[in-house]
Parts: sequence; structure tokens; C-alpha cells
Amino acid sequence: MMKSLSEKIARFGLVIALGVASATLVAGPASAAEGEAHAATPHYPIVKPPQEPWSFAGVFGRFDTAQLQRGYQIYKEVCASCHSMNLVSFRNLGQPGGPHFSEAQVKALAETFQVQDGPNDVGDMFERAARPSDRFPAPFPNPEAAAASNNGKAPPDLSLMGKARAVERGFPWFVLDIFTQYQEGGPDYIHGLLTGYKEPPEGVKIGTGLHYNVGFGSGSAIAMAPPLSDGQVTYTDGTPETVDQYSRDVSAFLMWTAEPHLDARKRIGFQVIIFLIVFAGLLYLAKRKIWANVAH
Amino acid sequence: MAETATAVPTRRDFLYIATGAVGAVGVAAAVWPFINQMNPDASALALASTEVDISALQPGDTLTVKWRGKPVVVRNRTQKEIDEAKSVALTDLKDPVARNANLQLDAPATDANRAAPGKENWFVMVNVCTHLGCIPLGQQGEFGGWFCPCHGSHYDTAGRIRGGPAPENMAVPVYSFVSDTKIKIG
Amino acid sequence: MSGPSTYQPQNAFLKWFEARLPIGGLIHSSFVVFPNPRNLNYWWTFGGILAFMLVAQIITGVVLVMHYTPHTSLAFTSVEGIMRDVNYGWLLRYLHANGASMFFVAVYVHIFRGLYYGSYKAPREVLWILGMIIFLLMMATGFMGYVLPWGQMSFWGATVITNLFSAIPIVGETIVTWLWGGFAVDNPTLNRFFSLHYLLPFMIVGVVGLHIWALHIPGSNNPTGVSVKSSQDTLPFHPYFTVKDAFGLVVFLIVYMWFVFYLPNFMGHADNYTPANPLVTPAHIVPEWYFLPFYAILRSVPDKLGGVIAMFGAIAVLFVVPWLDTSKVRSANFRPLYRQFFWILVIVSIGLGYLGSRPAEGGYVIASRILTIYYFAHFLVILPLLGLFEKPKPLPASITESVLGKGAANVTVGAPAAPQTK
Repeated sequence: MMKSLSEKIARFGLVIALGVASATLVAGPASAAEGEAHAATPHYPIVKPPQEPWSFAGVFGRFDTAQLQRGYQIYKEVCASCHSMNLVSFRNLGQPGGPHFSEAQVKALAETFQVQDGPNDVGDMFERAARPSDRFPAPFPNPEAAAASNNGKAPPDLSLMGKARAVERGFPWFVLDIFTQYQEGGPDYIHGLLTGYKEPPEGVKIGTGLHYNVGFGSGSAIAMAPPLSDGQVTYTDGTPETVDQYSRDVSAFLMWTAEPHLDARKRIGFQVIIFLIVFAGLLYLAKRKIWANVAH
Repeated sequence: MAETATAVPTRRDFLYIATGAVGAVGVAAAVWPFINQMNPDASALALASTEVDISALQPGDTLTVKWRGKPVVVRNRTQKEIDEAKSVALTDLKDPVARNANLQLDAPATDANRAAPGKENWFVMVNVCTHLGCIPLGQQGEFGGWFCPCHGSHYDTAGRIRGGPAPENMAVPVYSFVSDTKIKIG
Repeated sequence: MSGPSTYQPQNAFLKWFEARLPIGGLIHSSFVVFPNPRNLNYWWTFGGILAFMLVAQIITGVVLVMHYTPHTSLAFTSVEGIMRDVNYGWLLRYLHANGASMFFVAVYVHIFRGLYYGSYKAPREVLWILGMIIFLLMMATGFMGYVLPWGQMSFWGATVITNLFSAIPIVGETIVTWLWGGFAVDNPTLNRFFSLHYLLPFMIVGVVGLHIWALHIPGSNNPTGVSVKSSQDTLPFHPYFTVKDAFGLVVFLIVYMWFVFYLPNFMGHADNYTPANPLVTPAHIVPEWYFLPFYAILRSVPDKLGGVIAMFGAIAVLFVVPWLDTSKVRSANFRPLYRQFFWILVIVSIGLGYLGSRPAEGGYVIASRILTIYYFAHFLVILPLLGLFEKPKPLPASITESVLGKGAANVTVGAPAAPQTK
């Protein structure tokens, strides 16, 4: 009698908890989405960027040197006029697992930039050609100047853009990501943004100085004018000169600037994991042997 | 009930030795990043060379530049200083080795091996006392070269140790003339 | 810690030393011959895993400090210097950041293991409370560590969490100003958090010492919950449990390294790669994942002080679990009802964690409220009542009997265990 009563209590508890839990996982997001439809706070970006086939994705992923060199070209010819890249030095361009320009090329690339140095013997600051050990100079002296020249919005620094932006994954994808090791939300987002400029749908009003963009994460319109157009940058290696290709190349480049040791990380990681699996196997055998004659 | 009392397994067992060895290898490999992180990082290594403009230096003038966190002197020596340095017999030197990073390790400490090749008035040296790392003062001391105020080491006009506790001549760094008026150190 | 030592130093020097400082005997009796219940399963390896993680966090942390600068204008760039320029700096930082997460993974497993097997019950109440103190210290350390990179999430996380104290009536604002050392989170705040982030791990080490001491008085609990009755019930710590713990640890390391090398930013937040900006709040502030269940409880109460009380109450209630559970039986293996409620609590806790990561709107808020009420009901209503109504399954007479079946207790079993003193 007692037992059946208590079992009923437990069953009841279990049913409630499972019900609540499933309500959480299923009804929760649904009702949240419903709420959004009423309140005018849609989730951005309007179009969720798809998962692109990056060369650096996956366990054996590595950066594509030629792509990074093209991406650097896009940064230099297009982005650098407004966007700083404060954390990156010219010497990084010669790094293996990066664009891997030769030492002479890095020196030549650095010399195309002027940096401020000083003070000299008489206490004045002066401009000189950049050296490989210098960091990329910012196009504006400070964020205020950057904002003043760009419609009131300072263009963000691009050094970490590959990791400072992400794609909202949601349940259950974020769980599956652990096994597929999806870490390319940043470049996916950047690519989605650069290719996300569209004509605004009818009835959508865009503020002055703003541009409708379905890939933008904080609204329907972005202050940055469409930076890329077909044929704008001349590639020397025969790669198609399209906005889509430019965008892929610069997105890959910005992933590299954000995570310059990705190649080494994935290479060492593979060795470490293999080592640990072997070690775990040996320990398991040793444990079996030690416990062989002991009931437990 | 197949249970029987067994002795604790012997350590000689191959499986245990193999497991222990693999574990030791793993620990050794894991230790390396923790040691190597204290070595100079990529930004420090990138600053390992610097270019100096020497066009304004008259004979008797010294320019001090910071290279790898240390003072490097570039001196346009006077004829008197050169003559004094040249007149010293190698046997009078406390340290007979040139300590010039541009030459062989065992090059003798002649003035020619200390000064810039073919430009004997130009003298480049890491101005750090080889005793315990103080900065010697220029054109002072018994030999008119450098004198270290910390513990009284005397260097001659070619930066060679002549008296006091310091064991070695002051080091000549790797350098080269980019042009007649420009030196690249490092 | 387990009675008179049987340690016999091997050579003259060790004998000389042992007579003056018997540390060899202490180690020998605590970690070599210490008798452990023979039926411990792999859930018991997490104690050793946690000890390893504590040491690993301290070592990687000390090394990171060699390159880190605790100043608002340099913290972010110095962390990026570690990531870009320091030899293996990227590895050391990812080890430390993901290590914090794995530390919490292990501690949650450890806590839930204790809840399942009744490891908090007499005579282990003090052991459990010391564990809860460690948990609190870990949370403080983890929170302050997350502030140090001085990214957007660091800054706004620090702002939100320190503002919790402003809920305290009358003195709240004064306390918050005191915590900040100013009128907003700024350089003084960063500096003191850095100081405390360096200090607290060593306090954790101290409390862990007490935790192990308190463990070695009654010895480990075990899956049956039945106390050790004879030396047949136990095996010496070495080699039986050293090898078992080592295997568990290496399997755990595989998971840890998978995150470090392949998902290093999975546990973090993209916004923390943007330098702190006191003028712009990110659209969606979330704490680190290990705080999410408590964060959900905080947000489920529509009152500032009430939310803060609920959140701290959720932790405080864990301290008194030994007295809330009225059952005489320790292990859930023999408590058919508690076993089900235990798994419900696990699901509810994970559910709260998920809700903590969602925006506070619509159905999410309602679900958090239901789960919060259930969380407290589990400890304050279900646990006390269950002990009164539940009919436990029959317990085995001893650990040995549970391992070998009835009638085995008289047979000589296994390797000789260390002298049994308890």
C-alpha cells in the first residue's frame, strides 16, 4: 500500500519534470519566437549565414596560403582605408601557417605604409616607412576621428573580427557542434555580411547613410556602404574577381588575423589526442591487469 | 568464487613499464611549452635589429642607441684613441679574444678585430660591463676608454678590459654598414 | 591520517628524515596503503580529476601572469600578445580558459555523485560543507578570472554581478562602490580582481587539504552506501585506485584537449574578443556557462532583492542538504523514489542552465519560474518527505557481499588490504 502510493508520487514527479523540461526545450523557443512576432524585435541577422566550406574548418583544416595572400590584398586595397588592424604586425604576414610572404616581400609590403615614430633628436615625431616589426598603422588617429569621417560610426578594428562575431546556433546545433567542432561562425558571419547587401523590401525604410543588409547582426541596415564590387580588385592568379570570391578571401584572412596559430593548434592537437588515446588504452590494460584477480 | 589471494603485481611487468614510459614522455612533452614561454617572444625577436644614422657624428662623438634593451655605443674615434688602441700588445690584454660577434669565436683582440672593418675610426660596442652588467662611463678611467663605476673595471679605447674585476672585453654586436652613413645593428 | 603508519623508510637518509618530519609516513598512509572501498566506480575518479585540474589551473595561471598586465589600457592587448607572440602562449591561455570550464564540469559531476550516493550524510557532513566552500571559492575565482581579459563580456559581466550587491537594502550602493573602488567598474576593480584571482586558488588548495583530511577520517563512501565493516571491504589506494584514477583522468583529458585544440572558443563568448567599452552594452549578456542555472534563478524572480536572495539561496540550500535529507539510507541505488527525483533534479538543473542562456522573454521566463520552484521544492520539500515515505530496498550486509553475493563474506578475498582502523 505504502509502496504503491510512494511510487505514484514519484511517477507524478517524473511526469511533471519531464513535461516542464520538454516544455522548456520545445515550447520555450516557440513562444519566444511568437513573442517576437508581436513585439517588433526580430532577431538579426535577417538571413542566418550558412556554413561555408572553409579550408581551415575541421580537424585537419589548414589555412590556404594563396587565399590568405588574396585576402590581404583585399584588406590592403579596400578595408584598410577605414578599418584599423591594431594587433597585427607586418612581420606576421611572413608567418608560416599564415599568408607566408617571403622576408623580402614582407619588407616591401611594410614599406608601402607610413608609420609615426619619434621623438627624434630635437623632440619631434616623424613619419617613416614601416618595418616588419611595426604594427599596421590605423587609418585614423583615434576612434573619434574615425567616427567623424564615417557618418558618426567608427569602423571597428578588424584584428579579431574572425572571433568577435558569431552565428547564433541554438538547440540542438550547439550540442552537435561539440562533435563536428564547428568554430567558423566568425568567417561565416563576415561572408554573410559582405554579401548581404540587398535592395530593401517594399515598405522597409532605411535611415539616411545606412544600407540595407540581411547579414548584419545588429539591425536591418549598416552604416558601412557596400565595400566590394565585381572586378574591383585585380587578382594575379586567375581567381574569379567577384564579390563572392573577394568576400570569401577576406573572411579567411580575417580568421587568420584573429587566430594566427590555428594551423599549429590543429596539428599539435591531433598529436596530443592520438597520444592520449594510446596512453588511455595502456592505462586501461594496466588497470585490468591490476584488478584482474580482485572482485569489485 | 575463483578468488584467490594474489600478490601486488610486480613492477617489472612489461605493460607497467610501457605505461609508465608513455606517461613520462607525455609529461616531458607537456613541460616544454611551460619552459619555452619564458624565452623572448615573437615581438621581442622582431625588434632584434635596428638602423642607426651616423652622418652627424664628428670624431670624438658617441651615439648611444637601445638595442635588445641594452645601450649600444657607436663612436667615431679620434686618431689618438685609435693609435692608443693599436699600440697595445696582445700579451698585455686581460682577455685576448676579440668578443666580436661578426668574427670567429677565437679571433684575437687586436684593434682591427674590434673596430669596424676597413673603417677603423668607427667603433660599435654593447656598452655593458662584463662583470655584473652595469653601464660603464665613456672616456674615463686609466686607459681613456670606459670605466665602470660599480666595481671599478677599466676598459681601453677599443672597449677591452684592462683592469678591475671584469673578465672579458665588452661585446661587439652583429652589425653592418647599410651605407656610409647608416649602420644596421642586429 | 589513517592510524599509525606502517611506512618503513628504505635508506638511512630517509630514516633520519622521517624521524624528524614524518611526511613519508603521511603520504604512505594517505595515498599508498589508505583503504578504499573495493566497489568504487568511475564516478569516484572525479576527486582525483579535480585535484589535477586545480594544479593545472594554478600552473597555467602562474605562467600566464608572467605575460599579463592588469591595467584597463593594456589588459586586452597583453592577452592578445599572449595569443600571438608568446611562445605557445595561445596554448597556455586556451588551457587555462577551457581548464576553468572543465574544472566546473568535473565539480558538477562530483557534486551530483555525492547527491546520488548520499555522500553528504553522517559522518560526512563536514566533508560535504568543505566541498561546498570549495565550490563557492571556485565560482568567485572563475568570475574574477573572466574579468581579466577586459573584453566586452568581462566588463559587463563584472558590472552586472557586482551590481547584485546593490540589491542589499540601505548599504547596497555603498558596498558596490567599495567593491569597484570608484563609481563604475574600472581600473581599480580590475586590479583588485586580479589580486584576488591570484589569491583564491591558493585558498582553494588549503580547503582542499581540509576536504581530503575530512575524507580520510571516515574514508570514502561507496556505491552501496554501506559503511566499510572489515578489511575485506577495502583495497589499498595504490596500485588499485591510483591506476583507476589515472585511467579516468586520461579519458577526461581527451575531452579537455578536444576543447583546447578544436573548440577553444566554444565555451567563451564572441563579444569578449571586443575590447571593453563602458559606453556600449552588448545586446545579450550571458555569464559563463557554469553560472547559467543560477543566473536563470536570478532572472526568474521579478524583484531585484528577491532574485538575488533566490540565487544565493540556491547555493545556500546545498550547504544544509545533510539535514534536509531524512532518509537513513545513503545510496540512491537502494532508494527507488529518490533515484527518480535525483534524475529529475539533474534534468531541471540542465534545463535551468539552458534557460539562463536564453533571452529573458516570453516562454523562457515562465519555464525558468517553474524550474526554479521545482529546484527549491526538491531540497526543501521532497528530500525531507521522501525519507519519511520511501521504503528502501534491502541493503547488502557489507560491501563484500554486494560484490560477491551472499555467503561470500567468509571467503578470503582479493589482495591484502591495509590495516583497517575504522
